[in-house]
Amino acid sequence: MARVILTYSFAKQFADGQTEIELPGRTVRQLIRALEARFPALEGHLEGDIAVVIDGVVHQNALLEEVAEDSEVAFIPPIGGG
Amino acid sequence: MSEQRRYKWVGTRQNRPDGADKVTGRARFGADFNLPGELVGKVLRSPHAHAVIKSIDVSKAAALPGVKAVVTGADFPEQPDQLLPAGEMQVNLRDVTRNVMAKEKALYEGHAIAAVAATTAAVAQEALSLIKVDYEVLPHVIDVQEAMKDGAPILHPHMRTDGVKPAPEKASNIAKRLEFNKGDAAAGFGKADIVIEREFTTQPVHQGYIEPHAALASAAEDGQVQLWTTTQGHFQVRGFCCRLLNLETSQLRVTPSEIGGGFGGKTVVYLEPVAIRLSQKAGKPVKMVMSREEVFRASGPTSGGWVKVKMGAKKDGTIVAADITVALQAGAFAGSPVGPSCMCSMACYDVENIHVVGYDVVSNRPKVAAYRAPGAPISAWAVESVVDMVAQELNIDPIDLRLKNAAKQGTKTHYGPTFGVIGMVETLEAAKASPHYKSKVKPGYARGVAAGFWFNVGADSSAAAHVGEDGSVTIISGNPDIGGSRASLALMAAEELGIDYKKVRPIVADTASIGFNFVTGGSRVTFATGLAVVNATRDMIGQLKQRAAKLWEVDVDAVVWEDGEARPSSTNVGKFEPLSLAKLAASASRTGGPINGHAQLNAQGAGPGFGVHIVDLKVDPDTGICTIDRYTAVQDVGTAIHPSYVEGQLQGGAAQGIGWALNEEYIYDAKGRLLNPGFLDYRMPVASDLPMIETVLVEVPNPAHPYGVRGVGEVPIIPPMAAIGSAIARATGVRMVDLPISPPRLSAALDAATPRMAAE
Amino acid sequence: MSKTHVTTTINGEPTEYLCEASQSMLDVLRDELDLTGTKEGCGSGDCGACSIIVDDRLVCACLMLGAEAEGRRVLTIEGMSHGDKLHPLQQKFIEMAALQCGVCTPGMLIAAKALLDRNPNPSETEVRFGLAGNLCRCTGYDKIVRAVLDVAAEQRETTR
Repeated sequence: MARVILTYSFAKQFADGQTEIELPGRTVRQLIRALEARFPALEGHLEGDIAVVIDGVVHQNALLEEVAEDSEVAFIPPIGGG
Repeated sequence: MSEQRRYKWVGTRQNRPDGADKVTGRARFGADFNLPGELVGKVLRSPHAHAVIKSIDVSKAAALPGVKAVVTGADFPEQPDQLLPAGEMQVNLRDVTRNVMAKEKALYEGHAIAAVAATTAAVAQEALSLIKVDYEVLPHVIDVQEAMKDGAPILHPHMRTDGVKPAPEKASNIAKRLEFNKGDAAAGFGKADIVIEREFTTQPVHQGYIEPHAALASAAEDGQVQLWTTTQGHFQVRGFCCRLLNLETSQLRVTPSEIGGGFGGKTVVYLEPVAIRLSQKAGKPVKMVMSREEVFRASGPTSGGWVKVKMGAKKDGTIVAADITVALQAGAFAGSPVGPSCMCSMACYDVENIHVVGYDVVSNRPKVAAYRAPGAPISAWAVESVVDMVAQELNIDPIDLRLKNAAKQGTKTHYGPTFGVIGMVETLEAAKASPHYKSKVKPGYARGVAAGFWFNVGADSSAAAHVGEDGSVTIISGNPDIGGSRASLALMAAEELGIDYKKVRPIVADTASIGFNFVTGGSRVTFATGLAVVNATRDMIGQLKQRAAKLWEVDVDAVVWEDGEARPSSTNVGKFEPLSLAKLAASASRTGGPINGHAQLNAQGAGPGFGVHIVDLKVDPDTGICTIDRYTAVQDVGTAIHPSYVEGQLQGGAAQGIGWALNEEYIYDAKGRLLNPGFLDYRMPVASDLPMIETVLVEVPNPAHPYGVRGVGEVPIIPPMAAIGSAIARATGVRMVDLPISPPRLSAALDAATPRMAAE
Repeated sequence: MSKTHVTTTINGEPTEYLCEASQSMLDVLRDELDLTGTKEGCGSGDCGACSIIVDDRLVCACLMLGAEAEGRRVLTIEGMSHGDKLHPLQQKFIEMAALQCGVCTPGMLIAAKALLDRNPNPSETEVRFGLAGNLCRCTGYDKIVRAVLDVAAEQRETTR
């Protein structure tokens, strides 16, 4: 099971306030689907304008990236740059 | 670092490939491109900060001899009010098209209302004066806290605050509320021996690139369009323009000029879609160049902000809780960098209880654009100032206090992720060991210290490597070179190929000549495009080895590439004379055709950067003028591919931060009109304002890159404001909370504090 | 409106052009003579990107009228090198990475040359004030100041 982490406001808004959720999934896409199945209100909010941090490494536009059995996967606001 | 010397080219200070062009005036920047028969395009801008556009009458302008086209908001199709990808950026196209050319409302002074293309600049200017706009002037709001209040003039009647449950029914200027939490801040403050609470503000500051925006568009009758422009991302320009004008990306070819600075401000479009639309209507090329005044009134800047920080610490210096609120101006349309601002605020520290709330707030100012580490400097100004107050109150050295609380591998951040290997501790230790920090502060001077964090990004890059028949190599990438990236890319290619740096020629290709590249921004080019270049050269080396194997009639595994030539991997393979790149290139046609390497990737693992800045300054109590005597920027840089340009990033970022701290600000009159749209009154640092800026490069190679590259351009603008504010506090006993700490503001604060101090 | 006929010397070459009475020297250089090495950063004399030397005096081309060049000697960045040999300042700017984006560089080089022509032995402070009319947003001036000081030291060495 991967440990999925949502920001506090995201969790309050869409995921019954849960910021950490254990979920099955070997890719980011599988985790997104599992999250959306658990919290239908999240649908459409986890793709596009969001960054994904897999085990401390920030990914832009991650979808098919693999995650390990014990990975930590956090969805955070997008990061631009100058 | 001695282990780095195993490289022949990486880490050396070679002359940049575009150097001769740039010191002779030969290099062509945005305004240096011309086409036969081109027209001059000019923009009519709103004189009001907030007004309904009741009607626009362009008939007299269009009838003026020499005027070939006029456009208004009606010439740009309506766009959906949702985030859509354009050039791999998620943007609200409804807002983007309105920022390019106003539709129902003018939302800031300088907002584009109409544009003309004419045979000469004088005719275009006259035509603008003939356009009649009927405005209904509305109350406006500039300040971020004012804009958040009930009863503030509303910019967008359809805007409801996102991130609030239940969804609000009333319109608001607060586009979004964000909240981050770790532990229990309220409980944490209960454990604190001291609690410090302060409010801080910053004014909007402009990126201040010396080259104004410029674009030259040529639209043909068959729908094909060519565009030359100064930009940090020609693929983004293509994406935005195609979305806004319903063009296919294959129909629009964008060629980037040399770029005269950007710092994030040239990652969006202003003139480009207008020049294309004018060219389409006129049937002739149209060139548009902003004046400096237009740059100030209508492009950039970054947000002004309000930040409240409450921080609790134990007597031993352990920070036990922080509660932070950040409100950032987005300008006229939603989308300030409040997310990164909130996330970076406490990222330097391993603190158990953190609560951060952020607000994205619209007001009647130009829409903000990215500016170096967008958002981070604003929250860091506040948080780092309070960290310094904690250090002062507890009488602990400010670097020691930071070391005690430093984030490290395994630290869980307040925004969610757990840090992997990071360099905050190493950077602090390097700062502590620096000649500057070890030196005694001169009498009459005071020292300030502050830290900064930035994520860094990777993202999409493509690169190609072509070898000519003489064995010299062209490296083709698609990122405008803003500060020496061609040199860095060529160094890595030379290292891989084992050939002389001078035999590698890097070029920046247009959108039709190389695959997609995300913007030159977020300090990603040397990392991500560098990775693509390394992979493209490795692809080429694979082919070179195959050719050698064919010629020698051996297995490809029996060939190695060393020092620029194919060699048998051992004596068992047979006795073969090595085949140089030049020899293999000369025979390429007879061994299978041209030898070209390609690579494309979405680079991951950019790895965060940390910086610590040290400043010694003195304050003239009569004038409020600060004189900086010594300045050092310490940063975790991964591997410095070209150390001079890495130092340059640190020095330039620090200088911009010094300007942000001491002088730069947008000043508005009561009607919301910008009073200082020029370099005389928008006071950027000049050479005589600054000392030499010392740098300490902490080289901890990034494991996600073959040469250990880490982005370096963002971090250096984060620490200067709090470092300077803290030095001033230590020099004068007065903690400044509002930026800029300009001479009049500081002398007023000192005057206000004097009688109180005398009475104490 | 009739144009003004100007006879002048630009980068050592006798030059003639026609310009509007209101046309700045900067616009003449860029638009009439295709000398686009001189840059426009502000148009108000605040950034120095359009620095040129007119009869040994450093001026912002945006603050001078094209008509004022009549009978004078004008040096622009295009005239700074000699044949295939860069001016020592140009060479040193490349070697010491005294430029990043490079848009201020032509003006900076012209201003540095004007400074060294006037004062071959400047202190760091004199270099900083000598270049204070030229904005650079990329470098923080550190490497620019060092490059100018280096060239000054080398030139003193060779003329000794």
